[in-house]
Amino acid sequence: MKEFLFGNLTLAALPHQWFTIGGTISMMLGGLLTIVLLTYFKKWRWLWGWVTSTDPKKIGIMYIVVASLMFFRGGLDVGLIWLQQATSVGASHGILSADHLQQVFTAHGDIMVFFVTMGFLFGLINIIVPLQIGARDLAFPFLNTLGFWLYVAGAILINLFFVLGGDFAATGWLAIAPLSELQYSPGVGVDYWMWSLQISGLGTLLGGINFIVTILKMRAPGMTLMKMPLFTWTSLCSMFLVVSIFPILTVTMGLLFLDRYFGMHFFTTSFGGNAMMYTNLIWMWGHPEVYVLILPAFGVYSEIVSTFTRKKLFSYTSVVISAIAVTVLALSVWLHHFFTMGAGADVNAFFGIMTMLIAIPTGAQVLNWLSTMYKAKIRFSTPMLWFLGFIVTFTLGGVAGVMMAVPPIDFQVHNSLFLVAHFHTMIIGGALFGIFAGFTYWFPKVTGFKLNERLGRYAFWLWLIGFFVSFIPLYILGFLGATRRLDHYAASTGWQPFFIIAAVGLGIIILGALMQLTQIAVSFFQRKQNLDTTGDPWDGRTLEWATSSPPQHYNFAIIPKVSERDAFWEMKQKGLSKPTNYEDIVMPKNTPLGIYVAVFCFLIGFALVWHINWLAVVGIVGALFCVIWRTFDENTEEIIPASEVARLEAEREQNG
Amino acid sequence: MSKKYLSAIIFFSVLIIVELSFYAYLFLHNYNFLLLNPKGSVSTQQRDLLTFAALLASTIIIPVFLATFWIVWKYRSGNSQETPSSELHPRFKILWWALPSLIIMILAVTTWFAAHNLDPLKPISSSNKPLTIQVVALRWRWLFIYPEQKIATVNYVAFPTNAPVNFQLTADAPMNSFWIPQLGGQMYAMAGMQTQLHLMATSTGEFQGSAAEISGQGFAGMRFKALSSTQADFDTWVASVKNSSSTLSYKDYRKLASPSEDSKVVLYSSVEDNLFHQVMSQFVDAKK
Amino acid sequence: MAEHHNSEKNIFGFWVYLMTDLIMFAVLFATYAVLRNQTFGGPGPKEIFNLPYVLVETLILLTSSFTVGLSLLAAHKNSKTQALVWLGVTFLLGVAFLTLEISEFRQLILEGHSFQSSAFLSSYFALVGTHGLHIFAGLVWMGILVYKILVSGLSQGSVRKLTLLSLFWHFLDLVWIFIFTIVYLMGVI
Repeated sequence: MKEFLFGNLTLAALPHQWFTIGGTISMMLGGLLTIVLLTYFKKWRWLWGWVTSTDPKKIGIMYIVVASLMFFRGGLDVGLIWLQQATSVGASHGILSADHLQQVFTAHGDIMVFFVTMGFLFGLINIIVPLQIGARDLAFPFLNTLGFWLYVAGAILINLFFVLGGDFAATGWLAIAPLSELQYSPGVGVDYWMWSLQISGLGTLLGGINFIVTILKMRAPGMTLMKMPLFTWTSLCSMFLVVSIFPILTVTMGLLFLDRYFGMHFFTTSFGGNAMMYTNLIWMWGHPEVYVLILPAFGVYSEIVSTFTRKKLFSYTSVVISAIAVTVLALSVWLHHFFTMGAGADVNAFFGIMTMLIAIPTGAQVLNWLSTMYKAKIRFSTPMLWFLGFIVTFTLGGVAGVMMAVPPIDFQVHNSLFLVAHFHTMIIGGALFGIFAGFTYWFPKVTGFKLNERLGRYAFWLWLIGFFVSFIPLYILGFLGATRRLDHYAASTGWQPFFIIAAVGLGIIILGALMQLTQIAVSFFQRKQNLDTTGDPWDGRTLEWATSSPPQHYNFAIIPKVSERDAFWEMKQKGLSKPTNYEDIVMPKNTPLGIYVAVFCFLIGFALVWHINWLAVVGIVGALFCVIWRTFDENTEEIIPASEVARLEAEREQNG
Repeated sequence: MSKKYLSAIIFFSVLIIVELSFYAYLFLHNYNFLLLNPKGSVSTQQRDLLTFAALLASTIIIPVFLATFWIVWKYRSGNSQETPSSELHPRFKILWWALPSLIIMILAVTTWFAAHNLDPLKPISSSNKPLTIQVVALRWRWLFIYPEQKIATVNYVAFPTNAPVNFQLTADAPMNSFWIPQLGGQMYAMAGMQTQLHLMATSTGEFQGSAAEISGQGFAGMRFKALSSTQADFDTWVASVKNSSSTLSYKDYRKLASPSEDSKVVLYSSVEDNLFHQVMSQFVDAKK
Repeated sequence: MAEHHNSEKNIFGFWVYLMTDLIMFAVLFATYAVLRNQTFGGPGPKEIFNLPYVLVETLILLTSSFTVGLSLLAAHKNSKTQALVWLGVTFLLGVAFLTLEISEFRQLILEGHSFQSSAFLSSYFALVGTHGLHIFAGLVWMGILVYKILVSGLSQGSVRKLTLLSLFWHFLDLVWIFIFTIVYLMGVI
């Protein structure tokens, strides 16, 4: 009976280590405090409005809030990793056990990729893409709220072991088989890993479909594909990659689940299973995933460069072509992650060359940005600083990447800290700096006030310096033969000074992150001085600047007509005309079904982690029921009458 | 405005110079940069390839960096006299694709030949007699079997200098990666199958060997020593191992294969015939 | 106008979804191709597949693809009864297919060739089973649609849903033809 009710979840599994008990208590207190505050300030209805919202702007903000929280969690992890590696030399085994450290870096990788970078990007794309293409909402508003809440369900599941016990995967972020098979990882860690990513991955996939349809079918009249803003272009490319690769991830983790749950033999060592297939499949997803992260960042940089130079981007066509080329090539390079598997010279050379081909469109892209800046009047606001920081770091990281694409060089640096330094350069210097640039750039659009520039500059310099102090030692450690994921190493290796410098660098980065928090707080309290009353604080070029900051629920009172690239810039040149008569606007209604389905999916994940079969059935039936319920709801849209639109616009006019 | 930037840029440059000089100091003080200090034929070629690729990349990177700094300085808004509509000539659109293509083409051709030349599967040609060593990655130690000498060792491997060594790798554990940085590498060891790595030391000495892939709790302690010595010294070593007391049968092996961390070096005077293949075949169907 | 626009978005979105599903099946096919010969000393495709039996399954599914098409035609002609009848026939054929498939699985497991016996059998059950799950989902969908049409007639929304359903059903048919060829025909011959 007990086993029927609770599966493998026993009292012994509940938290009993200092870090898990601490996690439990702080989460409970945090939850309690939230409930008290919400009740005290009578904010429950307000919260419900957010939770059930189908407005991509609100969903985007929620993505960014959750991603920031997860950034904090991933940051805690990296603090532990650096402290461990700076201290665990010789006889000292540092502050963590091997198993604990392995869980920490596994979580660090998964959280930073799936819940931080992806979360921030989906946030930006949700807020900006509809505005840039002159749309009022997404193609499938319900799928958008569902996708977001599935992402939240995954985020909770990956942290759940703090509260409910068990452990996390100690396998590295991709849980390579057969290490992740039941034979070698009997605990629930890999199951938590699997279901957290499976559920949030489903959300990502839904988002991918949604944005492809939105971008291809809902652009303002006159906006042909080759007149789309570049952030929209690269988001489209990124989403194309999402729908091409996330099904692979779903199946791969699904098969691992069948192995672990039903004793099947896909990736097991025996009974004919083939673990090499897992490595292939997971990297067929994993490599393009990197480009899912980097492509939208490219788009952000393109927008920023042309805005802050007040120039058209140099060679728009070639920038678009390079984004498409990167997208296509990204799908055919996965094998470079395991040249060391012994596939033979022909295969290795082929994938090596395919990999370095990516440097051609990327290089052309960088040169086009520089050409745009040539003979301009460049304004160095913070978004532009992040862009310059990106050029420096990304080029260095790119060189390291091209070097590793040569198989015989890779044999020597594979799994070394050189590799770790390389991909952090790409993801921090490329994707994360792009996110920060976009965040600063579009912040006034969302909130109606600009961020404090001075504090922003401090944050930028702290990040950039911290980055180099932290990661240059890692490149060097690679040359010293240091491999990744070590929980201890011998004193004779001479690695310790480098690990200590890297930890100092992390300290500087943390100061940078704190500076960003300060920047947001200070800007909020001084918002009266930084108000953006025009909706166009940077003298922008694309349609998102054509509406107010923050935009009305319906984005545009009248859908703009587009005739040129940089549509808003053209409009400004021709002189803006004030609309006189408005039409009724149809908008999607809010729905709580997204969060309901996500709750049931969360239950499925939780139940399958602990083998509580009845709960899994409840979850599946519940989720299905909610989806079917939604299909019976014919009344999903509401009409904002023209008179109401006119009233809102007049009100805005007055306040502005 | 520009003064503020100047101070930030100076500060940043000073910091980088300080950091770089620290590394230069370490470098000059005989810090052993294993990858830049190769002791084998393969690793030497790999190091040369690395240097070549880095130099080749620099031919485009350094101009790009200089151009970036120059553009940023010259065309900052306080300084620039330009009207923002000035454009670069359209022919540069083509050039910006041609330049990286050229560099990558050179590198691609190099890659094709290097990947074949330095294919780990390819035996190294040498006038000296090649030596076969079978390697089993366990949880968490390395077992080395010398099928010709009929001896075995744990976490210690020896071979003659200038003799090609054919490492045959397998695992009785999650996938691992076999790496001796100063000789070259790296190759995965996987359960139920055999991979190969050909290496040759070109000078005598004791080198670090490591397990480069996570394979569970104890993998960080899974390090071994690789000794390259003259043929005579190697023969003496083999003879001394043959005199040691322990032997390794399949039954002993099963005990050895159970998980253990930070294990010591063990020498076996004899080893059961075909042990390596027995290890591999336990994952394959028994009926075959 | 708005309805027309919605319909276009829905159909295009559904095609994108079908593409992702196709990639899922492609991975499962690839897995099957890799593990096909990994029988671990157990039986291979030749020993366990009953081609005539599967041929019957195939014919049933092909017929159902035809009947769902008839239902859609009838719906476009605004003939509610005909649309419902053909949808009902499709449903029954789908149930028959699924029953045959489940009893085939049951037979295999009873003979000791379960999904745990070898990598080959694991990949076979996963591939064919995933297709079966899709058929099951299609049947649930069909049931709901029948109910909707019965209650509120052939509204524009229902016809659109029927269009999507028939797309889905044809897609599953196509996948099955690949399964029949690659798993069964090439396995036995």
